[in-house]
Amino acid sequence: MSNLLDTNEGAHYLYMGNDAIVRGALEGGVSVAAGYPGTPSSEIIEQLARISDRRSLYVEWATNEKIATEIAAAASFAGLRSICTMKQNGVHVASDFLLHLTGTGVRGGMVVVVCEDPGALSSQNEADARYFAKMLEVPLLEPGDFQEAKDMMKWALELSEELKTFVIFRSVTRMSHASGNVVIGELPENEPRAYFQYKGPLLDFLTGPMVTGPGVVAYARTVQQGRLKRAVSLFEQSRFNIYAGPERPELLIITSSACYLYSKEAIHTLNLGDRVGLLKLGTTWPLPEGLVRKHLAAAQKVLVVEEPQDFMEENIKILAADAAGEVGVKTFYGKKSGHVPTSGELNPDIIMNTLKGILGIQYEPVPQEYATKAFQSMFKSPGRELTFCPGCPHRASFLSLHNALALDNRDGFVCGDVGCYGIGVLPAGFSTVKTNFSMGSGLGLATGFGKLTKFGMNQPVVAVCGDSTFFHAVMPALVDAVHHQSDVTLVVLDNSGTAMTGFQPHPGLAVDAMGETAPSIDIEAVCRAIGADVASSDPFDVERTEKTLLGMLKKKGAKVVILRQICALSPEKRGKKKYQMSVREDVCIGENCGCNRMCTRILRCPGIYWDTARKVSRIDEVICAGCGVCASVCPSGAIQKAEVA
Amino acid sequence: MDMNTLQKDPYNIIITGVGGQGNVTASRMLAGMLVGRGYSVTIGETFGASQRGGSVMSHMRISSHGAWSPQIPKGKVDLVVSLEPSETIKVLSGYGNPETQSLSNDRPIYPVRVIAGDDKYPSMDEIRATIENLTARSFMISATEEALKLGNPIYQNVIMIGAVGGMDLLPVSIDDFREVIGRGMPEDKAAVNVKAYEIGEALVRN
Repeated sequence: MSNLLDTNEGAHYLYMGNDAIVRGALEGGVSVAAGYPGTPSSEIIEQLARISDRRSLYVEWATNEKIATEIAAAASFAGLRSICTMKQNGVHVASDFLLHLTGTGVRGGMVVVVCEDPGALSSQNEADARYFAKMLEVPLLEPGDFQEAKDMMKWALELSEELKTFVIFRSVTRMSHASGNVVIGELPENEPRAYFQYKGPLLDFLTGPMVTGPGVVAYARTVQQGRLKRAVSLFEQSRFNIYAGPERPELLIITSSACYLYSKEAIHTLNLGDRVGLLKLGTTWPLPEGLVRKHLAAAQKVLVVEEPQDFMEENIKILAADAAGEVGVKTFYGKKSGHVPTSGELNPDIIMNTLKGILGIQYEPVPQEYATKAFQSMFKSPGRELTFCPGCPHRASFLSLHNALALDNRDGFVCGDVGCYGIGVLPAGFSTVKTNFSMGSGLGLATGFGKLTKFGMNQPVVAVCGDSTFFHAVMPALVDAVHHQSDVTLVVLDNSGTAMTGFQPHPGLAVDAMGETAPSIDIEAVCRAIGADVASSDPFDVERTEKTLLGMLKKKGAKVVILRQICALSPEKRGKKKYQMSVREDVCIGENCGCNRMCTRILRCPGIYWDTARKVSRIDEVICAGCGVCASVCPSGAIQKAEVA
Repeated sequence: MDMNTLQKDPYNIIITGVGGQGNVTASRMLAGMLVGRGYSVTIGETFGASQRGGSVMSHMRISSHGAWSPQIPKGKVDLVVSLEPSETIKVLSGYGNPETQSLSNDRPIYPVRVIAGDDKYPSMDEIRATIENLTARSFMISATEEALKLGNPIYQNVIMIGAVGGMDLLPVSIDDFREVIGRGMPEDKAAVNVKAYEIGEALVRN
């Protein structure tokens, strides 16, 4: 979106939350940005990379989140402003480095942007990364709308540089992937020079070496805690902490982030503006103690609305206990009291229910008669189980994996990993995936299973991972598997990009985030160099793939099969069919065929369906991507593929 | 249609469909037209894993007073725009009210459980009757078929947006669409899109 570089100060645009964050970073003079793709954070680096040449930026998709953080820190040490981006679990990957970074602090402003996913809409967890702010003793900022996402990002860079500590900027799916109007500010002229000063004395983190170690930790922590104290005094005056409502509300809501918009909506819908006060905090760690105390003193009942965990609620209760003499004893409502759900995503309806319960009011969104017929209608629309896209290579890969494991006949199974192929646990992936945890854990677990032969375990074990995941966290596990001679087969589902998050490049490709040519790292050569037995196949060649996999399952030691086929949604493939598919109705024997509808009952591709009237399968021209895989599963040869010129 | 005021503030639209149908593009186009008219638009969406063959929704709030919740409260949708017929019912049953209007594309996308024979897809008559029972006014148009006549199913979303324009519920016109589509597209491509918009408009007006 070219308007991210608009210099027309005061113009307003519809920005996705992540665009607002990008614009804020640009207005804040960012020079270096690094991240690892993860929903809902990915668009920040994507957009910065797209405009990197016009703003003299360095932008990279790092191999993993820890490296992204280190790239950003190096820029900061050399005096530049930087950001690193990741989804919530990325902070866990980066945290070892971040823990040590609080020991030295930073020089140029550095912001760790964490986009969380309450409700796990596109995640395998709903981790609350805010606890890291408290644990690591760094400031935490959370925007409450789209304008704030921009303004606060700019401020976060300035604040970090002023306090000399990195700052955590926390967004959520309903902020990052929601959109709203944003008024843009000034873009600074930005031509900074990078230079790393190290000639000053030890422990002078502005001019000396950036090191922590025994003997200096207590000193370093005292310095960091001093920075936090200064943060509190700045936060007391922050324009990102806002109150709306009566002077002495019957109920005070304290909230942050997207929950601010939900709470505001709930108060509006229930028409409670003259009874309920809303304190929206943008600086959620350390808390602006004076401001919170002032509002606590004005209300007897306090409701804390946040997701996914009760981070603020606990900290506010501690503050209220310390200040009980001044603010009086409060009745708290929130997750602990059972008034706010302790898991899952919140929304305005949940908050309305909470308010109804606390204030004893009545509210029904629609007349009872409508509610009844709406409820009865709900079941008329069939559910939609997740599936691989039409033409997805993973469907073919899992089909061959499933068949190879069945032919091997020793109750073999697949350890999954993080990516679209997690769907392998569902019928769409023939239910072959039996474990699924964090990035790289597929092979880590499989390596462990592969060492259990001495305890009588004879089940073949397969790990799957994507090409981006391979570089992120699978390589160390492969080293472990080879070195310890674990009996394991790693299947790399190489679809030439970080597909689930939108085709971000990774070290296996000959291009970097900024679109420049980059040396590609050959997964096959890496696996061979590590010492694994390596084979490769095109998953769309179902017969050959199945044979290759079956052969590897029977071998001892650590083996790798690379299944290479570009993602169906990739820009180079999308909308282009390789084959025009058709079903010869005179050849399809329908329900009399012994296959029992292999094409639809087993393959379950959205592009082919069973015509219940004619009792034959049919291709849906609009949906079919023309991969040709269904032709290889039809035993009677009724499904035809014709190469598209 | 009064081009300067909203029927309600905020006016709430849910654009729904199946992952991969282009929900996000459709919501961006419509939002772009409204922002061009000076309105504040808030859109709530989800991307990523939830898109793979699943039901998807874009919640759109149109207002003269800044940002609203990116999730519309239950029972508060004014207009449902559905790129897939059966998905209309899902949204209406959660967010509809007696005044809600709807616009649906009539081309089904069968869920994998239906394809596999484990579940049934309702008949079009049943879908129509259910939608009519839950709305004050509803349209079902053949957006995909019309798009195929234009040479590519991707035009279905523009046809749907054109039909939204034709329903005369929002302060937008084809000129707003021309401006939005003209920004990022060569003239000949923009012209096909404008044609698609006109087709959509005509489908609900006739």
